[in-house]
Amino acid sequence: MAKFLLKRLLLAVPVVVGISVITFVLLYFLPADPARMYAGPNATVDTVNRIRHQLGLDQPVWVQYGRYVSRAVQGDLGYSYRLQMPVSQALASRFPYTLELTLAGIFVELLIGLTSGIAAALRRGSWVDSASMLLALLGVAAPPFWLGLMFLYLFAYKAGLFPLGGAGGLSHLVLPALTAGLGGAAWYARMSRSSTLDILHADYVRTARAKGLPGYRVLFKHVLRNAMNPIVTMAGMDIPWFISGVVLVEIVFGWPGVGRLAVDAVQTADIPLIMGTVIFTAMMVVVSSVLIDVAQAWLDPRVRTD
Amino acid sequence: MLREPEARRPLRLAAVMTVVSLLAAALVACSGKSSLGPDQQAGSQTPAAASSGPQSGGSLTVAYKDDLATLDPAIGYDWTNWPAEKMVFDGLLDYDKTTNLEPRLADGMPQVSADAKVYTFTLKKGVKFHNGRELKASDVAYTITRVLDPKTKSPGAGFYTGIAGAQEFIDGKATSVSGIKVKDDYSVEFTLAQPDVTFLNKMALNFAFIVPKEEVEKWGDNFGHHPVGTGPFVFKDWVSGQQLTFEKNPGYFMSGLPKLDQVTIQVGVAPEVALLRVEKGELDLMGDPIPAAEYARIKDDPAWKNRLTTQPQVSTIYVAINTQVKPFTDVRVRRALNMAVDKARIVKLMGGRGTVANQILPPLMPGYDKGYQGYSYDPEGAKKLLAEAGYPNGFETTMEAISTDPQPKLAESIQQDLAKIGVKMNLRTLASSTVIDDAGTPKKVPLVWSGGLAWIQDYPDPDDFYGPILGSASAVQGGWNWSWYANPEADRLADQARAMTDKTARMQVIQQLFKKLMDDAVWVPVYNGQYDIAHSEKLQGEPQDFAHPEHTLRYEYLWKAAK
Repeated sequence: MAKFLLKRLLLAVPVVVGISVITFVLLYFLPADPARMYAGPNATVDTVNRIRHQLGLDQPVWVQYGRYVSRAVQGDLGYSYRLQMPVSQALASRFPYTLELTLAGIFVELLIGLTSGIAAALRRGSWVDSASMLLALLGVAAPPFWLGLMFLYLFAYKAGLFPLGGAGGLSHLVLPALTAGLGGAAWYARMSRSSTLDILHADYVRTARAKGLPGYRVLFKHVLRNAMNPIVTMAGMDIPWFISGVVLVEIVFGWPGVGRLAVDAVQTADIPLIMGTVIFTAMMVVVSSVLIDVAQAWLDPRVRTD
Repeated sequence: MLREPEARRPLRLAAVMTVVSLLAAALVACSGKSSLGPDQQAGSQTPAAASSGPQSGGSLTVAYKDDLATLDPAIGYDWTNWPAEKMVFDGLLDYDKTTNLEPRLADGMPQVSADAKVYTFTLKKGVKFHNGRELKASDVAYTITRVLDPKTKSPGAGFYTGIAGAQEFIDGKATSVSGIKVKDDYSVEFTLAQPDVTFLNKMALNFAFIVPKEEVEKWGDNFGHHPVGTGPFVFKDWVSGQQLTFEKNPGYFMSGLPKLDQVTIQVGVAPEVALLRVEKGELDLMGDPIPAAEYARIKDDPAWKNRLTTQPQVSTIYVAINTQVKPFTDVRVRRALNMAVDKARIVKLMGGRGTVANQILPPLMPGYDKGYQGYSYDPEGAKKLLAEAGYPNGFETTMEAISTDPQPKLAESIQQDLAKIGVKMNLRTLASSTVIDDAGTPKKVPLVWSGGLAWIQDYPDPDDFYGPILGSASAVQGGWNWSWYANPEADRLADQARAMTDKTARMQVIQQLFKKLMDDAVWVPVYNGQYDIAHSEKLQGEPQDFAHPEHTLRYEYLWKAAK
């Protein structure tokens, strides 16, 4: 197991390095001048040149990259021009929010997706089925920023049930989590419906019924346990998807997460912060996919021998 | 110069909000209720305390879309952190409600030598920093030296390089700036290398807000997140990405100020959401401009009458004409352009948020020439001029503009105007940083539409409208002279005006300079912008306290009505 884990982690290194090189080179060719962005429009050309030199932006790109990497491996991701604080500090203060929203979003998608999907399968062809499949269609089709604004307008502004954006207690979390989770819920609804339907027709379910087990035991012990298998894998894969994908939700709700940080950084050509958010997100994606692999290997010995 | 706020709003969100607004309108129509929160339904009444004068107490919550970068006055350089810095710090000089300088930490206006080179400031006695120590002249010397020090990386250093010995200090050839002299505890003298009366304006800039050395040294790079000054509010707390809190400075040296007990700045709030929160009464003030689609909805709504403050902006939106690119090397072609653009239609396209401009300086700027007529809209006359210049059938050219709404729409309007005089103008809409980069590259772009890229002046003096954007020193790679206009005669007039201490005589020279620029038709000045600020009905203040020409917001003067 340790060997498997090590192998997986080693494979992750070239991924992170590759992403950092690509991002760095792309940023180097960015048409905006970061020194000018830092200095502001009215700074004299002298001031801008001096700042460019002080930030090391007048060095060749490989020198800049080399310097960046040698600091990064020591945990120093540089100093954000825009926020005037170490990038690592900015990430550390924002990541908990993104994680909170990610977990809440996954909870929402599972809760809504599975219950409606399974209900639809059990009452196939009924109004429950049509309603939940229609909902799923809407969930997939609605863009999250639109959904977020609609939720804010209806549930926060009109009905006054929730605060109008920002982070804080549980009441602040409900609408962003719903917005982030609803699109995914739609997928889970469709998936759990079809996999439940498949299993409902499986021989072992018929056998279980035939031997006279009560309905709920058939459902929980035989149907759902088997239907859950692909769903657990999918939920694991959702973590990196959410971490990198909740940007729009964060912006609409003013949620102080890493996604919003990245957008701010891009808008202001804040190179250390762009690099920091990209590499951090890449690492999170890599780490969570390693964890999923490990979990799968633990659950299913066949994976280990691949 | 400060960036015009509008430039940052993503188009998509605006489009979405239009959809939301339509849906909202439909919902309202169904429910038969007003779109306002319960406390605003009787919106047309006059503010409760308008007649009883400013009151003390209460708190204010304001929201911005973008995070604040820093509260270090040597570093911060945009329109969100400048008003916030002003809460914590003071300068030696400040402005009255308009553009006139007045003493703040200084005890009266400084003595200025006849050659406009030596400026002696006397400080008020007994002014204390928030840490309890008294402000001394050495703090002033420290502050300006710190801005000049390359280690500080201050984007404002260029404002103070005119002080004698500043360049030697920056180059590391001297350990102090010879032109800054502390005469005693309460007086400090600045000597300039060249005469420059705008030094007074520069001493009222945020970069010259006085900082205490011991606190700067204690916090180092982090001073911007732990600011200590002499200002009307004391910095309390900063939750990164969320909010900043300030409390009243009870010992503030200006009696009766500030009015409010507490100010909270929330960040990361989308303008569309901020507006809903103002409507609901959760927010006292919206820091960002009102999105265009929303403005159309609320501008004539009687419920918004007392919650919308409008104030002219000290800015001119223009087309920069590259005087080094053919056929614009011919002044007749540039004049023809000035006569071809239908400016009134552009203001109409802006929903009336602005006024037609006929000259470079905006109306609130000293030196604005009330009697100047400019070029009137005359497509036929423009055609004649083009024919004279040898282009009877027009020509083909290119304009760059930013791709953020509503700029492409405005640029297209100009495109149509030019088509009428036979000029085929190709429009390239790009990201703002690309436009800035292209416009600052020699002979690259014939025309640049400044909308969304236009600058609000650093300080309200016409000199700031010449040097950085029209002076020959800024007609360089990466500079902001997008007309690439370099005229020694104009430079000479600007230098002459900079050395004149007599304001009236100086303004005459200024008017001569700007008339020359219009005769040379370096720009097509199109319109002067306007601030529209959304706030709660309880929040009171003069329009200038909401949209001051220098500070935008003047928090210390704002106050809250009891109900």
